[in-house]
Amino acid sequence: MCLGVPGKIKEIYKKDNLRMARVDFGGVEREACLEYVPEAAVGEYIVVHVGFAISLLSEEEAHATLDLLREIMDLEQELGPEPDLP
Amino acid sequence: MKYVSEYRDARLVKAVLDDIRHEVTRPWVIMEICGGQTHSIVRHGIDQLLPPKIELVHGPGCPVCVTPLEQIDRALAIASDPEVIFTSYGDMLRVPGSGRDLFSVRASGGDVRVIYSPLDAIKLAQENPHRQVVFFAIGFETTAPPNAMSVVQAKSLGLENFSVLVSHVRVPPAMHAILGSPHNRVQGFLAAGHVCAVMGYWEYPPIAEQYQASIAVTGFEPLDIARGILQVIRLLEAGEYVVANAYKRAVTLEGNRPAQDLIQRVFESCDRKWRGVGLIPQSGWRLRSEFAEFDAEKRFDVEAITPEESPLCIAGEILQGLKKPVDCSAFGEQCTPENPLGATMVSSEGACAAYYQYGRTEAV
Repeated sequence: MCLGVPGKIKEIYKKDNLRMARVDFGGVEREACLEYVPEAAVGEYIVVHVGFAISLLSEEEAHATLDLLREIMDLEQELGPEPDLP
Repeated sequence: MKYVSEYRDARLVKAVLDDIRHEVTRPWVIMEICGGQTHSIVRHGIDQLLPPKIELVHGPGCPVCVTPLEQIDRALAIASDPEVIFTSYGDMLRVPGSGRDLFSVRASGGDVRVIYSPLDAIKLAQENPHRQVVFFAIGFETTAPPNAMSVVQAKSLGLENFSVLVSHVRVPPAMHAILGSPHNRVQGFLAAGHVCAVMGYWEYPPIAEQYQASIAVTGFEPLDIARGILQVIRLLEAGEYVVANAYKRAVTLEGNRPAQDLIQRVFESCDRKWRGVGLIPQSGWRLRSEFAEFDAEKRFDVEAITPEESPLCIAGEILQGLKKPVDCSAFGEQCTPENPLGATMVSSEGACAAYYQYGRTEAV
């Protein structure tokens, strides 16, 4: 139940006075409420949980984590490019 | 899928697991609070890839599992009312009450509907003005903001046919209960990423300090779990009883302020029984009196209910990290996902369901 899913905001609109969005989850689009992430804009990624965005994903932090890991292990050079994973 | 596939990169996970193997020198017991993390760990076999010195025990963070039996029985009573459209997150439908579950209420003619978002229940109330729509508002801090919003929305739309059966629980009081128990074995915690996305993790440093436990906030993908375990191991090995954030892309120290504000507006703290575990002081949220008109317990006559639990089920000990699903004599025999004795076998976040689904029939 606490499994939020990351999705990309495609469109923002008002419905019943709530700030809503059309969100793309890797090809599947659903509606989500943006009331709890008032700063979120089209093109940004959010964590959606039971139809509500609970967190705006930080692209910077996401990159920092992965870059640090890759840098330390020098994986790109050692193992070649990433395979496509589902 | 962005923010998912890169955190399932087996080479990165393996590299982090190698670090764990190199850095661990003593035996440690770590609990993942969240049932979503339990499933990820068992599904990806992370517990089996860890060095034998590290034992993962599974925590009580399964909202469906800990929702008290009497609330399930109240839900069953309300859902049986022919005037009612009873709405719930899907996981709750198969959870056994004292005698039956919501599925069997539906089978005998009750109007029980699975919804994805609490706003779906609001929509149903708007579309069915002559029927009572009741929403089973359960969950941890993650579902509290959406559930709270449904109540605020009902009030602002003037919906007189909408009410909520509230059974909210919070993580920090459960951590106090686990760490303060004389039977406690847990030395480190993986704190639940999405609970912390909402609430932040400012409540956790005093817990780490008081009980000398190390805590890492982390997410749900295998790389997040592995990095969380590595950070907890590093803190434990160094004797540092603090909180690390291994889920910075989604979690900040202060959390989501608008969400916390709305929770505070709609709910207030209360003592709450956890199924199988017992009463944990100040571990729940209930509706504030300003929203009493939306309280299903007041609207329907369901106060006097005496629940009855299966004597075989050891879910309570599993939820406290004292036992594993395979320690139960009923596991996989009298108790299966098709015919569950306890809620831990039902939910997509229950430890027993995870063990059953991924074929873990023997102790690791």
